[in-house]
Formats: sequence, C-alpha cells, structure tokens
Amino acid sequence: MTTTHTHELTSSLLYLDGVSVSFDGFRALNNLSLTIGAGEMRAIIGPNGAGKTTMMDVMTGKTKPDTGDVLYGGRIDLTKLDEAAIAELGIGRKFQKPTVFESQTVEDNIVLSLRGARGAFASLWGWRNRVPQRDIEQILETVGLANHRKRMAADLSHGQKQWLEIGMLLAQDPKVLLVDEPVAGMTDHETEQTAQLLKDIAKDHAVIVVEHDMSFVRALACRVICLHEGAVLAEGHIDAVSKDDRVIEVYLGR
Amino acid sequence: MSRALYLRHDRLGLGFLMVLCVLGILVPVLNLALPVTSSWHVPTYAMSLMGKYVCYALLAVALDLVWGFCGILSLGHGAFFALGGYAMGMYLMRQIGTRGVYGNPLLPDFMVFLNWKELPLTWFGFSSFGYAMLMVILVPGALAFVFGWFAFRSRVTGVYLSIITQAMTYAMMLAFFRNDMGFGGNNGLTDFKDILGFNIQAQSTRACLFIASILALAGCYLLARYMVHSAYGKVLIAIRDAESRSRFLGYRVEHFKLLAFTVSASMAGLAGALYVPQIGIINPSEFAPGNSIEAVIWVAVGGRGTLVGAALGAVLVNFSKTWLTGAMPEIWLFALGALFIVVTLFLPKGIIGTAGEFLKNRRERHAPAPTGEVR
Repeated sequence: MTTTHTHELTSSLLYLDGVSVSFDGFRALNNLSLTIGAGEMRAIIGPNGAGKTTMMDVMTGKTKPDTGDVLYGGRIDLTKLDEAAIAELGIGRKFQKPTVFESQTVEDNIVLSLRGARGAFASLWGWRNRVPQRDIEQILETVGLANHRKRMAADLSHGQKQWLEIGMLLAQDPKVLLVDEPVAGMTDHETEQTAQLLKDIAKDHAVIVVEHDMSFVRALACRVICLHEGAVLAEGHIDAVSKDDRVIEVYLGR
Repeated sequence: MSRALYLRHDRLGLGFLMVLCVLGILVPVLNLALPVTSSWHVPTYAMSLMGKYVCYALLAVALDLVWGFCGILSLGHGAFFALGGYAMGMYLMRQIGTRGVYGNPLLPDFMVFLNWKELPLTWFGFSSFGYAMLMVILVPGALAFVFGWFAFRSRVTGVYLSIITQAMTYAMMLAFFRNDMGFGGNNGLTDFKDILGFNIQAQSTRACLFIASILALAGCYLLARYMVHSAYGKVLIAIRDAESRSRFLGYRVEHFKLLAFTVSASMAGLAGALYVPQIGIINPSEFAPGNSIEAVIWVAVGGRGTLVGAALGAVLVNFSKTWLTGAMPEIWLFALGALFIVVTLFLPKGIIGTAGEFLKNRRERHAPAPTGEVR
C-alpha cells in the first residue's frame, strides 16, 4: 500500500508540492507548496479560512488532496496512507480543541499514547499493560502535570488539557509535531510557558504550529508562513512577514 | 482515584462472582436434595427459569462489552444469540434419532414432512456435540466478523450502524422463516429428547444445564473483564470517547472494534446455546428485532460500561417481565417502554453506574480536600 520511492526525491522531512483541495467548489488549498526540514520549527498564520487546518488534515491523512504531492522523508507518499499509518510513521497531531480521553486518567492518556506496538492483540497482553512508571513520570514532568496523574482528564482545566495533549504528542515520540492553536484559551502566563515548552521540543523534533496569537508566534522565534486562500502568501521572519503589505491587507481587509 | 475505582470494581466483580458461585451450588442442591414437600425446595421449572435469566445475563454482558466500552450500539445481538441457539438445536434434533414421529433415523421430522431425501450440507457434523459447540462459537463469530469487517472499514458509526445491525437481525428472521432454508421454518426446532445421552427433561439434566449456564456467565464475565481492564480496554474506551483522536494516535480503530464485536457475538451465541435446551424450542421469532432492543434496555437499566450492571439489569427486567406478564399481561410492553424512558431521563448511568457515583461522591465528601495545584 505504501508507495516508497527507491531514492529520496527531496531532502526535506515533509514536502508539499502543488497541493489543492476543494470542498463543494470551495478551494480550501490552492496549489500549496511548502517544505519542512528535520528538526525545523515553523509557525503558520493566516486569517480564518486560509486553509491552515485543511493543510494539517492533508498531512495526517484525514483529507486526500485532489492534486499535488505530499512526501514524507523524501520517499513516502502520504496521500496513499490512512491516519493510523501516518501516525505510525511519526507524524503526531494536536487538535485545535483540546482532545484528550476525558473519562480516563491523565496517566492512562499517556499510556495510550506511548510509542510502541499498536495492534489489538498486542494491547491485550503486550507491554502497554506494564508501562514503567518513570516513562510516564518523565513526560508528565515535562508538561507540568506530574501532580495530576491520577486525576480524570475531564477534571483538568482548559490549559492543563492543552498540556496533556502536548504530553500525549511527546509520548508518541513523533518526528513531526503538528500543533493546532496550542494557546487558545490560555492565560498570558500559560502562553509563555507553552512557548518555552514548544521551543524545547523543537530542539529535537520538527514542529509546525498554527496560531493566531501574534505575541506567541513572536515568542517562538522561528520562520513564519502566512497562508491566504489556500496558498503561501509570505514566508520569513515574523517582523518581515508582519510588515508585508499583502499580509496586512488580508488581515485587516481593504 | 483510578485505583479506588478499580478497587470498587474489584469488590463489585468479586461480589458478583460469589453470588454466581452461591447460586450455582445452592439452587441445584435445593432442587435435587430436598423433597418436593419441603418449603425450601426449588421446583425444576423455577430452576430452568433462573437458567434462562442467566443466559439473558450472559447476552447482556456480551452487549455491554461492545456498547458500554466501545460505543457500538448493536440492535442485532439477538441474531447472534439465536444462531448459537440454532446450532445447539440442530445437535439436539440429531439426538432424537428414530424417536421422531416419522421414525427416520437420519432426517428430523420437518425434513421428512417436506419430503426431503437427504440431510442438507449445513446439517452435517451436528450429530457430534463437540462440532456443534464449535459452531455455537464460530457461526455467530464469523457473521459478526464479516459484518463488522465491512461496517467498521467503511467507518459506519452511531445510529447508522445501529440501524444496519437491526436490519441484519430482521433479514435473518425472514431467512429462517423460509422452509427451504432447512432449519424448520416457522416452527423452528423442538421436541428435543436427549443431550449428551441424558434425558433433557430429567431434573438432574436441568440442574447440570443451570450449572453450565452459571459457569458460562462467570467465564465470559472474567474474559470480558480482562479485556476491558487491559490496555486493549483503554483503547476501546478511547475509541468510544474520541474515535478520530485514537486514529491520529496510530490505532487501527476498525481492528479494535472488530475484535470486540466478534468476541461479543460468540458470547451471545454461547448464551443462546445454553438457553435452547432449558426452554425446549428455538424458532425464527428469536431473531425478532424487538428481542435485540430488549437486550439493550437490560444493559441500560443495569448500567452500561459496568459488565456486572448489564447482568443485573437482564435479571431484574426479565424477572419483572415474568411477573408482570403473569399478573397483567396487557401492560408489559407499556411498562418496558416506561422503564426505558425513566432510565434514560433519570438514571442515564443505570443502577450500578448511579450507585457507584453516589458512593464516590460520599467518599470524596469525607476525604480531606485535595492538595493544592502545582503550576
């Protein structure tokens, strides 16, 4: 099922070329091309309807593009794979609305996410039934939830759920993290901590962050891509992008 | 908190198994050892009635495994139950031998009546108890596997899945009503004589069937409990609560659903197989959509996602049914409908779920306040 080319077609970890997606005539992505290298961090900004979430849907197999190439590691055609196979390859995703398993404990949310065999029989009697405590502790400490491990995920505050979801991403140990609006609904203090957390993670992972909050994007101090009507409008440092006339135009309107 | 929850579950589970153990010993002893004149004597009809409840409880546990833990609201579990029943019925028919009305050593009466000359292919092997028992597990399991394979792969969920499970059991009913299916048509299979060489009407055989039902319920409960408490069960709950999130974590949701659905169907088949010799008949009305819906009500009343609650609900509702259909037969369906509405509105977690929540709240009120939050 996996289409694997014998040699690398590109050196970038994630490569999108000429990707278009339409829903009932509406062009959510319009000939979008972009590349992310291993260990790189990118922030994606853009007004509502610019195609940010659709782009993540295409990268994670939720939406199949009408045209265009999506390559992972220069060889693997992601458009031929489903969500589970793409997750297995090492692309993890955090949703816009924090999506944790509410009726399970914080600890179990991490146990479910940890990298390792994911088959039905493997989970019946495999290692996931005997996860070492310190593996869970380590991740919960990173996201600051070590004291909440026995609580139900549903009982966490909004910000804590966001962190738990980032912790679940870390447990997955993906090569690429796609993070959709991680600071929505967070206090300024929490936003600052999240920016620091993502910067730490970006040291050894490729990270793509979709965000509206400009001060947060500035705090990330990485290259910024502005999407508009399903295509890249501007790319570069946040200061350059935010001064770009076209960017100002699409954000403020004419 | 989760540990406390597990302890409570354990106490509940242990209590449940102990009740089963006591029933499994006490009822047959009181039936066999005491004279009919004793006020402690359990009449054989009552023992078989309880055996029937135990089979229903097993069906409810099977349904709870898929509905309570994986969110698959099957409105067709009666089909798996009936298929298990038919497999057992076919074995029992072959046991009749020359004692049938027509005295044909090979063909059951209804086939002689239809002027058939030889045994249809589907009936081969059913003279062997081992083969029949294998079919009791395999046939419902295989149907569930094929049905689930297509349904889950196509990502049919929620109410649409419920509707097609309902259609499945209805289609099975229509098929089994046909005489040329070779399963006795309208009349089904009945007039059983022996099981494993023992007279099926004998008191001691009835006692053994009751004990077998108790053992099957206990065994399947333990299997289901193991499944839902393992990491597999955590994934099932994750799928129930956030299916697409589970996919993005890398879980093949359809495989997890398929395993639970198939195991559950086999359990339902076993329940049907134990039900038939205690009732003495199996006919296509067991496939009726209403039966499957009733099973859903049992689970809802007892509390879904609790396993023990499902068994309790099955026994309580069926006990009321026996009593009400005897006392005021015309109001039973109204009572069942009212019960479903009351449970949905006021006890959405069922009896066990609500009781568990009440105990938890009380414990938390008495416990010291939680330590201050960090961060």
